[in-house]
Amino acid sequence: MTRLLDPPRPPAASSEAPSPALRTARRKAVLHWIAVHSLGVAAALFFVLPFVFVVLTSLMSDQQALTRDLTPNTWEWENYKRVFDTPGFLTWWRNTLLYAGVGTVLTVLSSVPVAYALAKFRFRGRRLSLMLVISMMMLPPQVVIIPMYLFWAKQMDLSGTLWPLIIPMAFGDAFSIFLLRQFLLTIPDEYLDAAKVDGCGELRTLIKVVLPMAKPGIAAIALFQFFAAWNDYFGPQIYASENPAAWTLSYGLESFKGAHHTDWNLTMAATVLVMAPVIAVFFFAQKAFVEGVTLTGVKG
Amino acid sequence: MTTHTLRSKRRGSALRTAAFMSPWLIGFGVFFAYPMVSTVYFSFTKYDGFGAPSFNGLTNWTYVFTDYPMFWPSLLNTLWLVLVMVTCRVVFGLGTGLLITRIKTGTGLFRTFFYLPYLAPPVAATLAFVFLLNPGTGPVNSVLGDLGLPTPGWFNDASWSKPALTMLAVWGIGDLMVIFMAALLDVPTEQYEAAELDGASAWQRFRFVTLPNISPIVLFAVVTGVIQAMQYYTQPLVAGKVASGVIGGSGQQFEPGYPDKSTLTLPQLVYNLGFQRFDYGSACVVALVLFALAMAFTALLMRGRNNLIQAGD
Repeated sequence: MTRLLDPPRPPAASSEAPSPALRTARRKAVLHWIAVHSLGVAAALFFVLPFVFVVLTSLMSDQQALTRDLTPNTWEWENYKRVFDTPGFLTWWRNTLLYAGVGTVLTVLSSVPVAYALAKFRFRGRRLSLMLVISMMMLPPQVVIIPMYLFWAKQMDLSGTLWPLIIPMAFGDAFSIFLLRQFLLTIPDEYLDAAKVDGCGELRTLIKVVLPMAKPGIAAIALFQFFAAWNDYFGPQIYASENPAAWTLSYGLESFKGAHHTDWNLTMAATVLVMAPVIAVFFFAQKAFVEGVTLTGVKG
Repeated sequence: MTTHTLRSKRRGSALRTAAFMSPWLIGFGVFFAYPMVSTVYFSFTKYDGFGAPSFNGLTNWTYVFTDYPMFWPSLLNTLWLVLVMVTCRVVFGLGTGLLITRIKTGTGLFRTFFYLPYLAPPVAATLAFVFLLNPGTGPVNSVLGDLGLPTPGWFNDASWSKPALTMLAVWGIGDLMVIFMAALLDVPTEQYEAAELDGASAWQRFRFVTLPNISPIVLFAVVTGVIQAMQYYTQPLVAGKVASGVIGGSGQQFEPGYPDKSTLTLPQLVYNLGFQRFDYGSACVVALVLFALAMAFTALLMRGRNNLIQAGD
C-alpha cells in the first residue's frame, strides 16, 4: 500500500509539461498526504495536550491554579522544589527504586532459567507448565490476595513493608517467563547443539551462548518489570498502606492530592515527577521496549 | 548400550529440567496453588482474620449474589467496559496503527507522541485526567464552555464517569498501536497490488485484504482487552477517590464506586469486602468469580485454530 501513498514529489525537472493523467495522480497524492498528516496532527494533539496542560498547571501560582486559566502568568519553578520538600516524597522515591530495582533484578535472575527450560527442553508436562504460566499471567492479583495477605501479615509479620511484593519476584514472574520464552524460541537450536558438541553443559550453554543472544528479550522483561513495580498501586495499598514510611510513589501520589486538596499546581508537579522517570527510561531504551510490546502480541 | 545408562541419562535430564524450573515450581506452589486452595476453603467459612475460620456453608455465596449491594452494579459496569471501552480501544488502536503506517513525514516523532501516554503510570495518568476533566476549573470544560458546548460532570457524574475512564483508556493506546502496526506491515504488498489491479477501492482493500490478514491480532486485542476490563482496578478506584475528595492514606475510609457505584469493578469488591469490611469469606467468593471469568477468557486465547498464544509447538 505504501506505493500509493508516496509523499508528493517535487515537480519534474524536465521542461515538458506532464500529461494530464500524471498531473491528477500527483494532485491526488498531494491531497492524500495533506489528509493523512492533518489527521496525524489531530491525533498527536489528543495524545500530547494532556501532558502539556499538566505541565502548564504545575507551573502556576497557587492562586492561579484555582482559576480556569490555561497558561501560567508567572512561571513558578519552585513548585517542584516544594514537592520535593514535602515530607515523605523522597522516601517514596527511595522505596520505589528499591521495589522496582531489586524486584527487577530478582525477576530476571529467576525467570531466565525457567523460560530457557520451557523454550528449549523437551520434557513431560512442558505444555501443561506453559499453560499454567499463561494462566498465572492472566490472573488478577486480587484473586489470591486474601490468603497471601494473611500469609505475609500473620505468618511472616511483614505487613507495613514492601517485602511481600519483592520476595515473590525471586520465584519467577509469569509474564516475564512467557515473554522471554517467546523470544528464546527464535534462537535456532543449532547454536545450542554446537555448544553441546563443544562440551558445554546446559548451564554453560545458557550463560555463554543463549544469554548474549537473548539480550533484547532480557532488556524487554527488565523494562516491563521495572515499570510494573513503578506503576503498582494495588500491592503497596495492601501491604504498605498502614506505614507511610514504606509507601511508593504511585501509592503516595494519591495521598499527596489528599494533603494538597485544592493545590492542583503542586499535585500536577508531583504527577510530572512520577511520570518523568518512566518516560526518560523509555527514551533510553525505546527499541527494546517497542520490541517487547510487539513480542507480546505476535505469535510464537 | 545397556538399559542402565539409558535410564540414568533420562533421570539426569529430569533432574536438570527440575533444577531450571525450580524457581517457578516453588513460586507456583506458594503463590498460586496454595492460595487458590485457601481461597476456595475461605469462601465457605466465616472469617475476619482473628481466631479460626468457621465453616458456614454457602452463606457467603448467597450473600454476595443476593444481598451484597455492590456485586451486580460492578458486573454491569464490567459489561459496559467490555462493550464500550474495549471496542473503543481496539478501533482507535487499529486506527492509529493504520494512520502511522501511512504517515511519511516525521514518522518517528508521530509514533513517539502516539505511544507516550501508554507509559504514563496509571495513578499519575488518572490524577491528570481527573484534573483535566474536573468540572470546575478543568481545561477541557473551560474550552468546551468557551465554545458554547455542554460541560459534563465527568468523574463527578455517574453517567459520565465511565466515558471519562474510556477516554483515559483510549489515551493510553500505544501498546495496541505498536502491535497493530507490526501486523499491518506484515500484510503482503502483492495482495494490495492484486486488489488494486482489480479496481478495489480503499475501503474494499481494507475490508478484503487488510482485515483478513490481521484478524488474529484483532482477536488477540479484543480478548486481552476483555481480560484487562475485568481486572480494571487502579484507574476507577483512584478516579473515584480523587474526584470524591475522600482520600486518606490510612485514615478515612473510601467506599469504592464514586459516583453512585458507577466506577465499581470486581477487583474493588475484593478490597472492599476483605480489607474494609474484614469479611474474608465473601471477599474470596468475589475472588473466585473473578478467577472463573479470567480463566474462561484465557482459555479462549489459547484455543482455536489461530492459537493466539502458542502454548504448544
